[in-house]
Parts: sequence; C-alpha cells; structure tokens
Amino acid sequence: MLHRLALALGLTLTPVMAPAAGDVVEFFLDNGMQVVVIADDRAPAVTHMVWYRVGAADEPPGQSGIAHFVEHLMFKATDDMASGEFSKVVAANGGSDNAFTSWDYTGYFQRIAADRLGLMMQMEADRMRDIIFDPVEVATERSVILEERAQRTDSSAGALFNEQMRATLFLNHPYGVPIIGWRHEMEALSRDDAQAFHDMWYHPNNAILVVAGDVTAEDVRALAEEHYGPIPASPSLPARARPTEPPHIANRRVSFTDERVANPYVSIQMLAPVREPGNQAEAAALVILAELLGGGGQTSLLARRLQVEEERSLFAAAYYDSTSLDPSGFSLVNVPVPGLSLEEAEADLWRIIDDFLSQGIDADHFARIKFQIAASEIYEEDSTQGLARRWGMELTMGLGIADIESWPDILAAVTPEDVMNAARSLLTDPVHVTGHLMRPAVANAEISQ
Amino acid sequence: MIKPLIVAAFAALFALPATATIEIEDVTSPGGISAWLVEDRSIPFVALEFWFIGGATLDAPEARGATHLMMGLLEEGAGDLNAQDYAAAVEGLAAGFSFESYRDAVVVSARMLSQNRDTAADLLRAAISTPRFDQDAIERVRAQVLAIIQSNARDPEEIAAATFNTLAYGDHPYAFAQEGTAESVAALSRDDILTAHRAALTRGRVVVGAAGDISAAELGQLIDHILGDLPAEAPPRPGPADFALTGGITVVDFPSPQSVAFFGHAGIERDDPDFFAAFVLNQILGGSGFRSRLMSEVREKRGLTYGIGSFLSLADLSPGMLGQFSSSNDLVGQAIDVVKAQWADLATNGVTQEERDAAIRYMTGEYPLRFDGNATIAGILAAMQSDEIPVDYVTNRNAYVEAVTLEDLRRVAARLLRPDDLHFVVVGQPEGLSPGN
Repeated sequence: MLHRLALALGLTLTPVMAPAAGDVVEFFLDNGMQVVVIADDRAPAVTHMVWYRVGAADEPPGQSGIAHFVEHLMFKATDDMASGEFSKVVAANGGSDNAFTSWDYTGYFQRIAADRLGLMMQMEADRMRDIIFDPVEVATERSVILEERAQRTDSSAGALFNEQMRATLFLNHPYGVPIIGWRHEMEALSRDDAQAFHDMWYHPNNAILVVAGDVTAEDVRALAEEHYGPIPASPSLPARARPTEPPHIANRRVSFTDERVANPYVSIQMLAPVREPGNQAEAAALVILAELLGGGGQTSLLARRLQVEEERSLFAAAYYDSTSLDPSGFSLVNVPVPGLSLEEAEADLWRIIDDFLSQGIDADHFARIKFQIAASEIYEEDSTQGLARRWGMELTMGLGIADIESWPDILAAVTPEDVMNAARSLLTDPVHVTGHLMRPAVANAEISQ
Repeated sequence: MIKPLIVAAFAALFALPATATIEIEDVTSPGGISAWLVEDRSIPFVALEFWFIGGATLDAPEARGATHLMMGLLEEGAGDLNAQDYAAAVEGLAAGFSFESYRDAVVVSARMLSQNRDTAADLLRAAISTPRFDQDAIERVRAQVLAIIQSNARDPEEIAAATFNTLAYGDHPYAFAQEGTAESVAALSRDDILTAHRAALTRGRVVVGAAGDISAAELGQLIDHILGDLPAEAPPRPGPADFALTGGITVVDFPSPQSVAFFGHAGIERDDPDFFAAFVLNQILGGSGFRSRLMSEVREKRGLTYGIGSFLSLADLSPGMLGQFSSSNDLVGQAIDVVKAQWADLATNGVTQEERDAAIRYMTGEYPLRFDGNATIAGILAAMQSDEIPVDYVTNRNAYVEAVTLEDLRRVAARLLRPDDLHFVVVGQPEGLSPGN
C-alpha cells in the first residue's frame, strides 16, 4: 500500500540495487571513445546507448537548462538527416529511442532488433558532430522545454518544493540548479548557446558507448570502429571542474506554501559522501543505513516506529543518492497523520534517529537487507536495458569497471559496525536543511470539480 | 547520407523477425486452472502474474473503494503473521509481491527466487486466501487511502480523468474513482472488506501468466497451492456502460500555469472486425514511441506541448478513443484546435500510404522486442488471456497488423474518429475557453 501513497506524493522509494556483474567487456577506440559490451542472447534485441560525460552541473553560469535543451535539439536535422528523421528511421526499423539528461550525464539510446545495430551507430555518430542548430527549430523547441518545465515542475507543488530544497542544500555546487533550468534563464537560451555547449562537450573522447543484448564484443568493436572510429578526438576537452561546496556551518530552513498541497510533509536533507573510484566502502554503508532507517516497505525503522507502532505518520522514509560525480544528498521524509503539526513530524524524525544512534541495529533486519541486496543481483539480470543504463550511469559518474564490478562485494562486506560508524558520522548533530511543504493556513475555497 | 539510411530502413522490412521467438506453454493445473508459461532457466527466479477479472467494478454502490482498500490490506498480515511479521518474512526471502486494484481486474504479481520458492509460495497463498484484515491495519491503510484521495483531488491529471469519467458514465461503476470518496472510504467496515475479498478473488475468474525458472508440472502445483483455498464461483459483473458524453469542452478551474486536457469519445470493441485497423490508425494518430500526427503537429511544429498521445481504451465495459496533453494556459485553446483539425483530417481524408507503411513497420518490429524479461513476459501472458486472445496470437499478431490496408484505415477513420463528438475536459486556468462551450 505504501508505495502507492509514495507515488501520489511524488516520493518514490529508492530500490536497493547491486549491479549484476554479467558478461561485460570494455575497450577503447583510438579516438578515446570508451566502449562497454554486455552480452545477453535471451532476446534478438540490442540496446545501443551513447553517454556523454556532461550534464546540467557542467553548464555555464546563466544558461541553466542548456544541457537538457541540447539533448532535445539532437533530434533535429544534421547535414545528412532531416529534422525528426532520426526517430523516424528508428521507428521504421521497429525500434524505440529516447534520451535523458542528469546533472552528471547526458544519454541517448535506442532499443532495436540486433541486426540494426550498425544503422543506429551510423546515425548516432552523424549527430555527434554534425547536428545543425537551426534558429527556427531552436525557437520552437524552446517552447517545448518550457512546456516540459510547466508540466513536470510548475504544475506540481512537490516538484517546486524539491527544487527549492536542492537550491538551499547546495551553497555553491551547481547541483542546486534544476536540470530543466530556471524558467527565466530557459527563456533566454539561444542557438549560439546550444552550439557552443555542443562544440565543447560532444566528442568521442567524452563519450561512452554501451551496447547490451544479442551481440558479441567482436561485432561491436568492428561496427564501432567503422562508425565512431573516424570521428577525431577533441584536443580541447575541458576537465569537469565544478565549483565545490564550502563546509556547511549553518542549518537552513525552507518553508513552501502552495494551495495544491494535499498532504503536508517535512523533509530533512544533508550532504553525504558518494561512491568514489577505489573508495566505495562508506557509500556502501550509507546505502544500507538508508535501507535500515527508511527503505521500502514497513519493516524499516522509521516506518515501523512512526507508521505502525505509534501511528503518527502516513509515510516516513530515508533516501540516499550513492552514485553521483560529486557529494550529494541524504534525506529523511515524514508525512504526518492529519492533526499532527510539521514541527511534531520533524521532532519525530530526530527522535527515531537518536534512538537508532543509541540502540544500534537489529541483527535480523540487517541480515534480511543483506540477503535482499544479494538477490537484487539475480533480479537485475532480468532487464538487459536496465543493466545497460546502470553501467552507463556509473561510468559517467567517474567509476571504473573494477569499481562497478566490485560494488556487490563491497555491499556484501558491510558490517553493522560500519553502518553505525557511517551513521554517527552523518547523523550526529549534522548541519542540515529542513523543509516544510505546507498548505495555506486559511484554507482557500475548495478546489471545485 | 539520406539515401543509404532510407535504403536501410526498407531493407528492414524483410529482415525483421516476423514473430516473437518465445514459446508459450498452455498449462492446466491439476486443480483445473489454466495458465500460460514461458519457461526460461537462465536466471534462478520465477515471475507470476494473476489477473482476477472483475476488479473495482464489483464494489457495491454503498461501499465504493472497498476492493481498492481490500487489495491494499492483503500484504498487511496473513495467516498467523501480523503486518510487521508478514513484511519481515517476505523481505527475508527477497520475494516481491504486489497487490494492485484496477477498474476491471485486481492483479497479484510475484517474483520468487528458485532457492526458496516453496516458502515464498506459502506466504503468497496466505496473503491471497487468509488475509487477516486486522482492525489496526485497516485503520492504517484507510488513512493512507484517504491521503491518496486528497492528493488526487489536487492533481490536475487525476482531476481531468475523473471528471471525464463522471461526465461519461452516469451511474455505471466506471463513473466512480476506484479509490472511492473520502466519505465512502471513511464508512467502510471490516465486513465490507471481507465481502470485497470474497467477490474479487475467485478461482472462477482468474488468468495466470508465468515466466522463468519453473517447469509446467511445477507451475501447475504452485498455482493450485497458491489459489487452492479461494472460492470457485465468481459474482456477476456489471453490464456495459453507455458513453453519455457529447462533444464540447468542460473547464475545471485549477490554480496552475498549465492546463491538462483529457479528451475523447466512444471507441471500438476488441472483437470488432475493424479492431486491427483501429489499432494501426491510433498508432498513426497519437500512438506512443512513434512520431505520430499529434506529436508532430502539436509538439514538433508548434511547440504547444511537451507530450501528447491518443489511445484506444479497451476497458471491458465501454471502449474509448481517448487522449491527453498539457499546455500552458495561453496555448491550450490553440492546441485543442489542432487536435480537432487532425481528428477531422483523418476522418475525411484517411492516412497516406507512407504513414500506413511506417506505422506497420514500427508495430511489427517493436512487438517481438516486448518479450523482454520474465516479469514483463508474465504480465503480457496474463493480459492476453484476460482479453481472451488465443495462445497462437503471439505468432499471428504481426500478420494481422500487416493485413491492414489503406482502405481499411480510411473506413475505420471515417467510422471511429468523430471530431464533433470529441469532449475535452480542461483542468487549469485556460485562456479563451469558457466552461461548457
């Protein structure tokens, strides 16, 4: 039941996942393009993905949203293809295609019959360097991304609240700027901005090719050398040096009131370390900490105590983002039952955290979570596309193949003591941001239907 | 490079796998329950999906929301385990169960590791056959459902669809949200929940899909074990719903910079001889994963929306031809005009040969790729049986799609698409649209 409420509130649970270390081969083309092949012959299909090591956190100041805007414009004309032809050819071959942008990466993918792989590479290689930013197309597509912002963010009180929380948590790092962009800056994004951003980052030595499905590494190598091989490396690829966070020394509070809020809630967020190449142990402990405190279902400590035993919460959970290029967030959420204030809900979260820090970990609960993490390796093999996406994401976060392959073992090796050490270091008097998402004090006229 | 690309696209026509490469076994359990299985031993787990036909439409008028609340309670304690102990037991096996309620069916999905399948099956059987419905669990889940109802009442997409259903379906169960209302859910008793359990979960109206690490014989025994204690007899379903809505626009005031539009008119039955033509037609008009007319005209050419789609609703008791999009308040009127113009153009002029060919290439190429992973396959197999589709459909489906001619599309477009009957429910503060015009 809980997950449906979480969905209604826009609070999706983070699944515990350990990437399955399947049959993975890695190599590089001469121009520096990294290639990863994940073989799986269960279906005659292939997922072809190109990931660029660039995202919203790499945008020039004042151009928020440009990374995502360029992603949209990559479906327009090149010197060889008409606008929209890319997707048209994919569909005509019975495939599907899409793209996504995050703070740390931009990815393009197609899922298609395995014998169409060369055609996908041909088109993807074409738009890597030869996309044309036409002023008319740019103007129309800017309207589309503004509609996207209106639909996903401006129409949702919860999404606006999350945006404000991030902007407050990050004092200096661009993780505080929304991927979609701030509306006033999006309105000013120009053709030249798009061209400059593309010219700087879209090169083979900044790209990772992930191919998963009914293929062999030898076939992929031959096709990749044919299609991507001729593209020269950029000699002037910038380092991904983002502004970094100063020490957080002051607690901050966010109060956001919106008449569309149905169920007020409190969110507490703080900076947390993430997986680093060669150093993933603390992140692994934090993954298990988040699961113990507030992972899926009602067995987590927050849910058991606040929802079931005390009946003070409709929904309580913890979230931790283990995989990002720079330090990211650990957060706690509590949606109180009607009649309890957000101040009480906030105090409830800290009370349970304090109990946890003093009482420690239930051994049975710990064992169940460890078993779940082991089992997730089995379940994850069921989706080749999901595997491809995880590998691409982790590689663009700066992790190496060895880091990714050792992650399940590192998770398995975490001890209760490791978790308690990580918990004490993260949660003992942390500097944090507290947010209250509220309805107006005096209820406006009911929203009529 | 344009020419080589086009050549490649056409070459595809001959090389595409004509059928899915999966083998479906039609299994009958010793207890007489029919199930479809795709046996695949490569990963040590099995995915199961049970569709119990009937769903929330079986709610008594005075107990709206009972089926939905009941399904939310199945995982909240069963047999001799209370809610906490039950959740811990499932977690300890790394099994995954989900219990979902829909208008026409309730759906139980499960994944179980091979290494502890029998123990996991015991837990699933308990949830389905001997749920406890403890009073404290009822109150806890009732509070969650009330929160969902409140949240839906402030979600423009939910408001749009709910308003459309209210206007379209009169007194039929389809007119009511399956969650019920705040009043009806507050009034539900434990007896109402027991009644809903007796009505919704029966062996008499269940279809089963399975995929993964299990043999046909093992599957038969597993199903009988899981469903064994359920009653055989299923209660009658409500009759068909009349689609009462006529053409027009209904505006629901909602404080947002963007308006959500939900629109449509009556659709076409699954067993209609023109169903496949309508299926292809919808793909061209507003199907997903494809550069449809609506996406091209409303988004790509004019930038009026981030996304727009149309769909053939195959609701058992009243099929619909529906669609949805969001546009800024100052653009939504223009977007509605474009939708109506496309509807009218297809109804009058049909589609082009190029559009027909492109849609069919996409649909036939995409179909075999869907059978991707045990969980997905189990779901597809159950859904097919719920539509009473024969087991050889997987083999023949692409041939049915390819048989649709330009003339078929012209005929079905003229019959199915009726621009004057389109009703738009617009939730937001649209400019230049007034309620009821």
